Amino acid sequence: MNMKRHGVALGIMAAGALLLTACGSDNNSGATGGTSNTTSTSAAPKVDCSGKKTLKASGSTAQKNAMDLFVAAYNTACDGADVNYTANGSGAGVTDFTGKVTDFAGSDSALNPTKGEPDKAAAACGSPAWDLPVVFGPITIVYNLKGVSDLALDASTAAKIFDGEIKTWNDPAIKALNPSATLPSTAINVVYRSDQSGTTDNFQQYLTSAGGWTKGAGKTFNGGVGSGASGNPAVATSLGQTDGGIAYVEWSFAQSSKLNIASIVTSKGGTPVKVSADSVGKAISSAAFKNPSGNDLSLDLSSIHKTTATGAYPLLLATYEIVCSKYADAATGKAVKAFLTTAINQGQAQLATNGYAPLPDSIKAKLTTAIDAIS
Amino acid sequence: MIGAMTSDSGQPGVRTAAVRRPGDTIFRTLTTGAGLAIVIAIALIGLFLLIKAVPSLAADKDNFLISANFVTTDPNNLMFGIRDLLIVTVLTSLVALVIAMPVSLGIALFLTQYAPPRLSRPFAYMVDLLAAVPSIVYGLWGILVLGPALEPFEIWLNSTFGWFPLFATGNIPISGAGTIFTVGVVLAAMLLPIITSVTREVFRQTPVMQIEGALALGATKWEVIRTTVLPFGRSGYIAASMLGLGRALGETVAVLLILHSSPKPANFSLFDGGYTFASKIASAASEFSQPLPTGAYISAGLVLFVLTFVVNAVARSIAGGKAAK
Amino acid sequence: MTTTASTLDRPATPPAFQAVSGSRKIKNMVATVLVVLAFLIALVPLVWLLISVIARGYQALLSSDWWTHSLKGVLPKEFAGGAYHAIIGTLLQTIVCAVIAVPVGVLAAIYLVEYGRGRLARVTTFMVDILSGVPSIVAALFIYALFLSTFGLGQSAFAVSMALVLLMLPVVVRSTEEMLRLVPQELREASYALGVPKWKTIVRIVLPTALSGVVTGVMLAMARVMGETAPVLVLVGYSKSINFNIFDGNMTSLPLLIYSELNNPNPAGQLRVWGAALTLIILIMLFNLVAALVSRFSAIKTK
Repeated sequence: MNMKRHGVALGIMAAGALLLTACGSDNNSGATGGTSNTTSTSAAPKVDCSGKKTLKASGSTAQKNAMDLFVAAYNTACDGADVNYTANGSGAGVTDFTGKVTDFAGSDSALNPTKGEPDKAAAACGSPAWDLPVVFGPITIVYNLKGVSDLALDASTAAKIFDGEIKTWNDPAIKALNPSATLPSTAINVVYRSDQSGTTDNFQQYLTSAGGWTKGAGKTFNGGVGSGASGNPAVATSLGQTDGGIAYVEWSFAQSSKLNIASIVTSKGGTPVKVSADSVGKAISSAAFKNPSGNDLSLDLSSIHKTTATGAYPLLLATYEIVCSKYADAATGKAVKAFLTTAINQGQAQLATNGYAPLPDSIKAKLTTAIDAIS
Repeated sequence: MIGAMTSDSGQPGVRTAAVRRPGDTIFRTLTTGAGLAIVIAIALIGLFLLIKAVPSLAADKDNFLISANFVTTDPNNLMFGIRDLLIVTVLTSLVALVIAMPVSLGIALFLTQYAPPRLSRPFAYMVDLLAAVPSIVYGLWGILVLGPALEPFEIWLNSTFGWFPLFATGNIPISGAGTIFTVGVVLAAMLLPIITSVTREVFRQTPVMQIEGALALGATKWEVIRTTVLPFGRSGYIAASMLGLGRALGETVAVLLILHSSPKPANFSLFDGGYTFASKIASAASEFSQPLPTGAYISAGLVLFVLTFVVNAVARSIAGGKAAK
Repeated sequence: MTTTASTLDRPATPPAFQAVSGSRKIKNMVATVLVVLAFLIALVPLVWLLISVIARGYQALLSSDWWTHSLKGVLPKEFAGGAYHAIIGTLLQTIVCAVIAVPVGVLAAIYLVEYGRGRLARVTTFMVDILSGVPSIVAALFIYALFLSTFGLGQSAFAVSMALVLLMLPVVVRSTEEMLRLVPQELREASYALGVPKWKTIVRIVLPTALSGVVTGVMLAMARVMGETAPVLVLVGYSKSINFNIFDGNMTSLPLLIYSELNNPNPAGQLRVWGAALTLIILIMLFNLVAALVSRFSAIKTK
């Protein structure tokens, strides 16, 4: 009798398990954003889909969401082709790539010569590795201050706020940038990312090159003030509850959490620039490359941070795809080429609504040249 | 049939077979091997963590025990110490224990002595449900729901009892309530089912004779409990609490999600922020790629392992033979 | 309890029973109130938490895609796709873990109950206690140090399962041990008297008697490791596609899905986070429920 009852229970479980395994599907074609893009992007170039079916890549968490969009577009453009992207951090991404575990890496920074990374990568590839800046994400300075909904900051004031030199909102330095705002004497509460992140790194690089920040860059916040929360959502939540709070988050989170975004007075001076796909695009267009001629498109970030182009928003995160210029396995090279081509064309359509900046034409042209040269 | 054999009963293993059968030998070896595997597993955990931690400890430019830094970005210049990790870990666990211990005691008494027998089982199941909630869900709930709700209370505590070091203003603002206090409250909820379930079982085993004797002497219900149930179950209750403490020390994701960090060292306030051993390790998990910085986190893990080892060993010695489940 | 007895029954020296004094009554009352209060306090986080999770996540579960589709190709802001890949990942990792942990755990328990004597048995009992106190992050670090760092293997779901084995083993050993001890000694003796070898007695008589209890313990242990998040953060990568391969590639489990979607700023991401949390709770409760049913219908056997 007992055994029968067990049998029933187990039977139900087994049936449930079978049911679950039987109906599973990876096919979400009805919902894929990529489908509509191919038709709307008229200039979508033809891609050669004859390469390796599934590419493996890993690295930056900052470009994870963009990668999702690219992969969706790639799935559509090349039927049955796929990219498995593991967001395990830039450091791990580069290590995986140089260890030949992955076909390309996503990284928040270009290969670093002082660590010997380009040589290691070249050894793994059997050819020079290239840094291709494919994903740009604006970083916003967000704040929560009663009665203030329009705030402008410049890099040096921001640097002083985030290292604790400016302690209250009615500080003369902030007043000078916001003559019309009524600033209260509320204490400034800095909220930073406590987990290691490319956002923090790029934010500190910006403060260093444009604002005289002396605390150094890196993935951990070095300002020495405020409180840290783990991940963008916790930062946004914490800021939402803190009167007098200020933080930096990726643009997408500022939008979805409906936080007040500060506009930025650039190195050019004059009118503060608001963040938008357009203003970010202008900043990217003004970027200079470390080696202007080759196909290794490693960026000189300070040229963006200190941009003097009109209406350009300088605070952004640039992340790279690191690829071999010539793959030992031709099929892999073909697939990487096809994937990146889709990424910079069809893949761009949904970027702006997901907190990234679409590539401006000048960069796209350079990227196209480089990608075409991959074999 | 039984009578002939009961002379050496009680200990199932006490029996010397006259004939050695190969099946017996194989089976015995197999089971002994399984037992041994567990001992070896523990030894390996300690050993491997040690092996991976030693190079980083040797490269540590700070004093591992008293430094509040944890800078591992440059492998050639590691500076890390466990001062703050230890303080935060211990404080969060203690807050959790201070809240959870009396409440679990009450629940265990309620379930065994007060609740109607018919309802005792479903009630116990409800408390056990708390253990079915995964810690990441506790974390989400803690930072997004409970934290904001606790914030006014924490501000009040801080402004009223701020003169007392534990309630002094910490190294992070209370806003957002990502404090040690909030973590402690969430951990307390996670400990309730753990402490309750063991305590409950011990209380259930209170000899009926004692209880009835006390009743016959005219004791009120509370007096019965005080004179029979509590003395009988005390060691079991304390051991259960120590088990809970062990769990709180090692809780990872809930702490990671809730606790805010601070660039300033912790100063023994409940309104401090920071990292526990476990949350520090998890926060860096995505960047485990170079051996030396990773080793720094492994050495933190080693300390945590030793810490829980000691707590569990103490729990076991308190429980003695009888209440060790 | 107080005196209503007839005059005849009354003892020689009155009063036999003193009325319970006021202060004792009050103490008793206070204790009762506090104890009931303690129970109610325990219900507060439970109810509050469940309501928060259900209110924020139930919508995700209503879609049939949630149970049958992965998130492959679904954009971060789309209300589409499902958690099928994560449910499968959770079940696979848990089952592989159980396949390894259950035999070892049951054998170790048999050793402790039927054979264990002397120092090794004492040490083993002690180590099982220690193992049950090992934090999941330490187990994860150990597997990292052993598999990934020393053997040079990549991240995989199997590594997660191995870390879970360490967490599951002590639970299985403890519950099996308890069940085996409940098996009446007379059963073993009857078997020996018939000349059945010890190992056969254990396999044919003792284990089947305790089976349902052991199954309950295993189900509870599986429920316990299912929600572990720390090992998946360290030992496996996130994937949006279904993966049945334990040894290679990324495999998402429900905790990992929650953790990754936390970084999705869109409302769809928030829904996935809470939906996955709710799914995980339901899954764990199902395991608990089955365990409760098994133990309930078999309670007669052991007593």
